[in-house]
Amino acid sequence: MSEERIYLDNAATTQVSPEVLSAMVPCFSNIYGNPSSVHGFGRDAKMMLDIAREKVANAIGAKKTEIYFTGGGSESDNWAIKGTAIANAGKGRHIITSAIEHHAVLHACAALEKQGYSVTYLPVDKEGFVDPEDVKKAIRPDTILVTIMMANNEIGTIEPVEEIGKICREAGVYFHTDAVQAVGNMHIDVAKMNIDMLSLSAHKFHGPKGVGALYIRNGVKIANLIDGGAQERSKRAGTENLPSIVGLGKAIEVATRDIDTKIAYESALRDKLLTRIVNEIPETRINGPLKNRLPGNANVCIKYIEGEGMLLMLDMQGIAASSGSACTSGSLDPSHVLLAIGLDHETAHGSLRLSLSSLNTEEEIDKTVDVLKASVERLRSMSPLYNKAK
Amino acid sequence: MYSEKVMDHFMNPRNVGEIENASGVGTVGNAKCGDIMQMSLLIEDDIIKDVKFKTFGCGAAIATSSMATELIMGKTVDEALQLTNRAVADALDGLPAQKMHCSLLAEEAIKSALADYYQKTGKQLPEGFVIPHSEDHMEE
Repeated sequence: MSEERIYLDNAATTQVSPEVLSAMVPCFSNIYGNPSSVHGFGRDAKMMLDIAREKVANAIGAKKTEIYFTGGGSESDNWAIKGTAIANAGKGRHIITSAIEHHAVLHACAALEKQGYSVTYLPVDKEGFVDPEDVKKAIRPDTILVTIMMANNEIGTIEPVEEIGKICREAGVYFHTDAVQAVGNMHIDVAKMNIDMLSLSAHKFHGPKGVGALYIRNGVKIANLIDGGAQERSKRAGTENLPSIVGLGKAIEVATRDIDTKIAYESALRDKLLTRIVNEIPETRINGPLKNRLPGNANVCIKYIEGEGMLLMLDMQGIAASSGSACTSGSLDPSHVLLAIGLDHETAHGSLRLSLSSLNTEEEIDKTVDVLKASVERLRSMSPLYNKAK
Repeated sequence: MYSEKVMDHFMNPRNVGEIENASGVGTVGNAKCGDIMQMSLLIEDDIIKDVKFKTFGCGAAIATSSMATELIMGKTVDEALQLTNRAVADALDGLPAQKMHCSLLAEEAIKSALADYYQKTGKQLPEGFVIPHSEDHMEE
């Protein structure tokens, strides 16, 4: 393995920033009290918890009392969907989502289908956009929840959540959005965007893993997922993971503070990366839109080769990437997102996702394209499909 | 997740290519599920004088193809017919469970090329020999 590795899998997870880490450290040592305790140790911890909550609320335009800490994005998604479904079953048992959601949303919906709920999976266009009109048409008298992601983790599509939120608000249907990929990459205002619930996860923006939050607008009827003590206003039991929560607070504060610089920097790098790939490697295509796309997301299909082989070859040369190929998922089917935007199986198997952070440099992008070019040539020379196409 | 041998055969695959005027060629798998293997054989006096592969697939698919060619090179046709996916996987110091189908594909690719050889030469296929079908591993 080469000394200088290049990390281009920031949609999977990011490095904890030094700023975040140093904010967390005291919570492992000096401030170890239980926030629920009455004594000074507990009060110190409680104060840290409150500050973190305020930072999260500020970052998304919410009130402090609307932020609930969780064990991460998947828990937040499950809670929003199952909690709403249970608490509002009296009104109806219909949920609307999209075909390109994260599995935390899709599998939570599938679990509810087994319980007798019905779920509408809206299609997306060839760039991954949900049409708000489709949401409007899909709403029925028994619809209780619409859950559409703010931005897609694979192809970077930023969904028209504000419009979707407006439609839901007018129809009196709750609107949840999985914003796990969006936070820190775009401006978010839950009030302006008509969002009732929003999931986020710290490790996607240089915070620690295993901690996230669910924003629940005051007044939303939702059942608990985890019962127990009176933590999180009696809505999410369990002693708070204080070091991680403090890390989340710091990370979201930094991410929001630096957001415009980040968007400009990463978009420019991303555009360079995509332009070089499609110009220098024949028979490649960009997946996802060119506009309304996450700044750090690049996703391409490279014909005649399979994604996992490409990942391995890049990895052997010190470059970390990701793929929507079936071989990385453990099933025979490639990414549901790539299939939903209309790619055939064969093309989808050759997908490559390169996701950037502000820590990446232009030199890294140039080196990546050079290594990728050589790797693609090698793999294509081994591919029986390439010959046939020539 | 992969053994050193798998990575070696993936990064430095043996016998890549196609044989012109091959004695037998076999292709198995399909692009839909992400693996296609093509084997070509040069057979003289019932001995496998040369074997080359081309593979579209994951790391394990390329490594198993490469290993399968090494295992049958210089062997008699009868010996090559005895090749099992287990032997390919073992020679690679094992494969992750979800990648065992790649070794099966390598076995099938060899057998399919041998079947082509039998057909071309008009020889009788050995008793009990089943010509692998390229869709077979879809049902796994």
